[in-house]
Amino acid sequence: MQRGLLSPYRHATSVVHALPAGAKLGVALACILLLVMLPRTAWLAYLGVALGLLAVAIASRVPLRQLLLRLALMEPFVLGVALLALLGPDGTRVFAGMLVKSTLCLGVMVLLTATTRFSDLLAVLWRLRVPALLVTTLALMHRYVFVLLEEMERMRRARRSRTFRADRVAAWRGSAQVAGQLFIRTSERAERVYLAMCARGWKHG
Amino acid sequence: MHIPDGFLDLRTAATAAALAATGVAVALRELRRHLPPRRVPLVGLSAAFIFAAQMLNFPVAAGTSGHLVGGVLVAALLGPAAAVVVMTAVLVLQCLMFADGGVTALGANILNMGIVAPAAGYAIFAATRRLGGGSLRATLLATGFAAWCSIVIAALACAAELAASGTVAWSQALPAMCGVHMLIGFGEAVISMLIIAVVARARPELLTAGAAPHIAQRATLAYGLLATLGLVAFLAPVASSMPDGLERVAERLGFAGRAVADRAAPFQDYSVGVWPADSAMLSLVVAGCIGALAAFAAAWSLARMLAPAAARPARR
Repeated sequence: MQRGLLSPYRHATSVVHALPAGAKLGVALACILLLVMLPRTAWLAYLGVALGLLAVAIASRVPLRQLLLRLALMEPFVLGVALLALLGPDGTRVFAGMLVKSTLCLGVMVLLTATTRFSDLLAVLWRLRVPALLVTTLALMHRYVFVLLEEMERMRRARRSRTFRADRVAAWRGSAQVAGQLFIRTSERAERVYLAMCARGWKHG
Repeated sequence: MHIPDGFLDLRTAATAAALAATGVAVALRELRRHLPPRRVPLVGLSAAFIFAAQMLNFPVAAGTSGHLVGGVLVAALLGPAAAVVVMTAVLVLQCLMFADGGVTALGANILNMGIVAPAAGYAIFAATRRLGGGSLRATLLATGFAAWCSIVIAALACAAELAASGTVAWSQALPAMCGVHMLIGFGEAVISMLIIAVVARARPELLTAGAAPHIAQRATLAYGLLATLGLVAFLAPVASSMPDGLERVAERLGFAGRAVADRAAPFQDYSVGVWPADSAMLSLVVAGCIGALAAFAAAWSLARMLAPAAARPARR
């Protein structure tokens, strides 16, 4: 997986980027709540929301192609759950309504994350008095997820360059070996991170 | 299994969110009391580890591949309270950063995959491990069996929430979700067991943290109770505190009875052949029991393979 795909933030100088993160999060949540509460067949309202999203997207100066690409990446998950609805009574209408509704909600989140840094969102959570341990966990996770992904990629590359068999059993054992080693390295890194945090005056709680 | 926005009605979403918030608060309190400061970074980095490990592909067949969910794996490595916080962090990041799983469904997703799966999984893990005598082989068997169970239970909770929202009918959601996830659970079981085996071989001391005696007893009980509560609230409408929900689901169940009579086709795959197909729920339960037995047997034979008797350490 490419790092560019993983990190959703797209930097640009625009009005949307400059808005405070708390306000953006609040508006996005309100938008999604509204979308969820709309009846499944309020097509005109959906069209309105879609146009509004498009306007914000243009104002944010993030290339539209990138936003649509992210939306397309996430769409299969929505489709998967929506397919369950096809089994039920009146399936196709429920399916179409839900698909539109969920896609618009996805669009709101894609826009929010493209224009807001995760660290700013964390600061909002911190101000909202979310328990410190949870915020610390989220912050550490976000800080190290790319480090660990790169470490994992290095191990996989090393393994691929040394193994010639590619049957399924070997593949499973190989992937498990990588994951197991990654956990061992993670716990060692956590020790070092703890010492570094203490050296910088971190206090628990 | 991530529920997107727009699939849950507000009441279900709010109930699930309240249950999830309670569960996470209990876990955070438990951690604040018992987690040494030294291990705080490990919780954060483990969340990053689970996120990364979920991206590893395990080829299944014909170009498809499975991946880890990790609830039981992290519960076995770090203990249940830390597992709840780790899985919650993973789900929050997936929701906020990658729009995987909806914002209004975040509570439900945390309840299913962040609380019910690791907590129920850990209870099963601890019980099976103790029955097996605490050896490496017992640990592996317990990991595999608990991993399978955790996936099926989480799928059950997910289906129940979808059905309670009126998105899909009970009679279709339950068999479809459970049937698929009984298969997915095997993958989760094998992956979790292989990873635990790797860690046990290279750094056996890392495995002792999840089984520290003070977590094993009270917390297991508390989480078992909480997980049961979460399931009961959605699964058994009789026990639900919402009369309105009770009414609706009962009506839905009544409808479900008719649907079975009208078109039995969707149940053919999941019902057990010799059983009279008049009771879909009953045949689902029977299929679940058979699946659990198969999972236990598979985990047992894989555990025997991964931990040969000669290499088995003495009882702890």
